[in-house]
Amino acid sequence: MYTIKIKINDIPVEVEAGTTILRAAEKIGIKIPTLCHLNLHDFKVDHTPASCRVCQVELKGKGLITSCATSVYEGMEVFTNTQKALRARRVVLEMILSDHPKDCLVCDKSGNCELQSLGEQLHLRNVRFKGRMSKHPLDFSSQSIARDMSKCIMCRRCETMCNTVQTVGVLSNTGRGFDAVVDTPMHRPLQDTKCTFCGQCAAVCPTGALMGIEHMADVWRVLNDKNKFVVVQTAPATRVAIGEMFGMEPGTIATGQMISGLRRLGFDRVFDTSFGADLTVMEETKEFIDRLNNGGRLPILTSCCPSWVKFFEHQFPDLLDIPSSCKSPQQMFGAIVKTFYAKKIGINPKDIVVVSIMPCLAKKYEAARDEHQIENMHEVDYSISTRELGFMFEEACIDLTHLPKEKYDNPLGESTGAGVIFGSSGGVLEATLRNAAEILDKKPLQNVDFHEVRGLDGFKETEVEINGIKIKAGISCGLGNARKLLEKIRKKEADYHIIEIMACPGGCIGGGGQPFHHGNTEILQKRSEALYRIDKKSKKRVSSNNEAIKALYDEFLDNPGSSKAHQLLHTIYRKRNKE
Amino acid sequence: MGTTVKELVYNMGGGIPKNKKFKAAQTGGPSGGCIPESLINTPIDYEELKKIDSIMGSGGLIVMDDSSCMVNVAKYFLEFTLHESCGKCVPCRIGNMRLFEILTNITEGKADINTLETLKELCEVIKETSLCGLGQSSPNPVLSTLKRFKNEYEEHINQGKCHAHVCTKLLHYTIIADKCVGCTLCARNCPVNCIEGKRKEVHFINQTECINCGECFNSCSFNAINIL
Ligand code: SF4
Ligand code: SF4
Ligand code: SF4
Ligand code: SF4
Ligand code: SF4
Ligand code: FES
Repeated sequence: MYTIKIKINDIPVEVEAGTTILRAAEKIGIKIPTLCHLNLHDFKVDHTPASCRVCQVELKGKGLITSCATSVYEGMEVFTNTQKALRARRVVLEMILSDHPKDCLVCDKSGNCELQSLGEQLHLRNVRFKGRMSKHPLDFSSQSIARDMSKCIMCRRCETMCNTVQTVGVLSNTGRGFDAVVDTPMHRPLQDTKCTFCGQCAAVCPTGALMGIEHMADVWRVLNDKNKFVVVQTAPATRVAIGEMFGMEPGTIATGQMISGLRRLGFDRVFDTSFGADLTVMEETKEFIDRLNNGGRLPILTSCCPSWVKFFEHQFPDLLDIPSSCKSPQQMFGAIVKTFYAKKIGINPKDIVVVSIMPCLAKKYEAARDEHQIENMHEVDYSISTRELGFMFEEACIDLTHLPKEKYDNPLGESTGAGVIFGSSGGVLEATLRNAAEILDKKPLQNVDFHEVRGLDGFKETEVEINGIKIKAGISCGLGNARKLLEKIRKKEADYHIIEIMACPGGCIGGGGQPFHHGNTEILQKRSEALYRIDKKSKKRVSSNNEAIKALYDEFLDNPGSSKAHQLLHTIYRKRNKE
Repeated sequence: MGTTVKELVYNMGGGIPKNKKFKAAQTGGPSGGCIPESLINTPIDYEELKKIDSIMGSGGLIVMDDSSCMVNVAKYFLEFTLHESCGKCVPCRIGNMRLFEILTNITEGKADINTLETLKELCEVIKETSLCGLGQSSPNPVLSTLKRFKNEYEEHINQGKCHAHVCTKLLHYTIIADKCVGCTLCARNCPVNCIEGKRKEVHFINQTECINCGECFNSCSFNAINIL
């Protein structure tokens, strides 16, 4: 790699060849405004459609150019603040706003909206153009994703996520000229498509065009209903992200404050989805070892991620027998609350409401799946995102930074480090390997750290020897990476024993319900590291050592894989349309 | 190459039908510029046309006589761009729609004089910032008519008039009492029946109902219909 010398506003800058003007300017502290551009460096996503035309700078002797899409060359001289450049940015923004509802006061994206921030940065005071506005029907058809295309600015980041990263392909540009808009095949409501509800489109949408369906009002209602006993579970990835909404550094572990905040909102019990994760590990390990010992179908695929589950139901209906039959931690938790726990505390399960706090938008859909009911009760009644919890804290005048650190309630608040790392790509597999090693080797594990399976990479693998058997394990996050792996399996070109798949790049820490990262994947890295810090500090790091789990089996479930366990904790998959 | 616009129009083209007066020539297809009468001796080649803000483009040449309204001409060409825009980039997708709407407002008497500044700035930014050649040239007809025929824009805005009688929303049809013989022909041709008057008496146009279609003007044999 050689370097190139250029001048920006007469300041000399030296950068690697291939660097864009935008990045070169950042090096000397000049933040040129952008809107359509998205670079998810850690996931090798570079979305540069150069379509918003906001990032204009003036090239000496040449006029205006887009800084996001132009690479530097030796001797280049660029000016970022000329009258011409400033005018172009402002008038382009004026055009965008002339076709935008400007509903900020009642928009769920307000405060997190990149269009709004652009307005702030450019200090536009008036939109001179008035005329036709793009009008599109709202799509609230699904449980997960809300689409309001009248707020779309056609950056088409969502298309890149859905088509290139996830290879699902339900979003694409339709229409021409002023009528151009991102839409589903045949303008179908999202519910009737093969959308997996991963929420990655919403995670990168700069505006409020793609958002999560909100269930905060339902949760407020049950919290204020004296006849309801409201139990909350918090997913692993939420505790290392919620702090960001209250000004804490990315990677801050805010478990204690989140728990006390939940109590102040009025939840009757505050429990941990990591308990459900430990339970999942117990069941999945059992299933894995059975398949391994009895010549069952391998590899076994994890099934904690509802988006991944829906993906293979649509795309690989011929392989429905390879994923583990285990429900996800969210659902296992709900099932245990409405049976075992209800009985234990002597409350009619019909009066118990299970709320989950999830980093995920697909979890909303998962909670609503028909399979996930016990005696006509949903195992989980309402799933809300990390963001929605932050909003509820705000509504309740709770500033997380000022709260005391409290602990989860017992018994369903007890978890091991293994249950916590579920939130990061590789975590489910590492937790399962730890457990399998202890069971097969019949002795406590010496080294519980499987470093090769950690991190944000889309594909990771490792080989471990357990009780004389070489176990080959693969991990993939992002559905495009998963597809490649599945295709190999279909062609019998892969010899893995066990595979973990998470739909979101980086795993649940990067889920569609998390506080927005605005393209900064370093934030995801920090969330992931925080989860491993929690694990490292935990006294117990193998799921089978969770005392509450042991008690659950002793008192209620018998053994992993028992018929009771199968009835409550396992599920079935269905073939879905390829279209 | 090298032939002047004038030679092309009057010698090779055989002049303007009905001996009407030459007003402008538009070259280079929908995103070209308009050449006014004062520049009619410009030789047609790449360099010369460029000097006067026009282009060779597709090589087409449209000649307009004094029955053309230059604001309407600009609007007409823009309508073409609206259909051609792919919609990828903001300036072309939204900017051209706004241009078209501003021009429409001017032709309907709904614009104020500051609009011309806005219009010019919008044109320039669309040209400077569009992603491809379409958006980079689509404002040309507006810019060139704005430069060469600014008086027509001003007339529309300030006086609410289109002297070429093209912009129907700006027209007022009245009946000249001295000339009307009460033949009833106009009343019978009016599609909205807004002309009143007895046979052999002076007729009146009910202005609130008139849609400025011009049928009365065309049908009157006594030149009794006036356009304001
Ligand atoms: S999308 Fe952004 S700019 Fe548009 S209304 Fe919502 S917050 Fe405001
Ligand atoms: S929906 Fe959002 S991400 Fe997709 S094109 Fe529109 S603004 Fe961009
Ligand atoms: S939620 Fe995921 S699968 Fe569905 S449209 Fe968005 S990116 Fe595509
Ligand atoms: S990876 Fe996690 S956050 Fe993303 S869809 Fe799957 S379960 Fe939800
Ligand atoms: S300028 Fe070109 S790229 Fe941009 S919208 Fe128009 S046709 Fe498409
Ligand atoms: S950010 Fe450069 S064109 Fe959109």
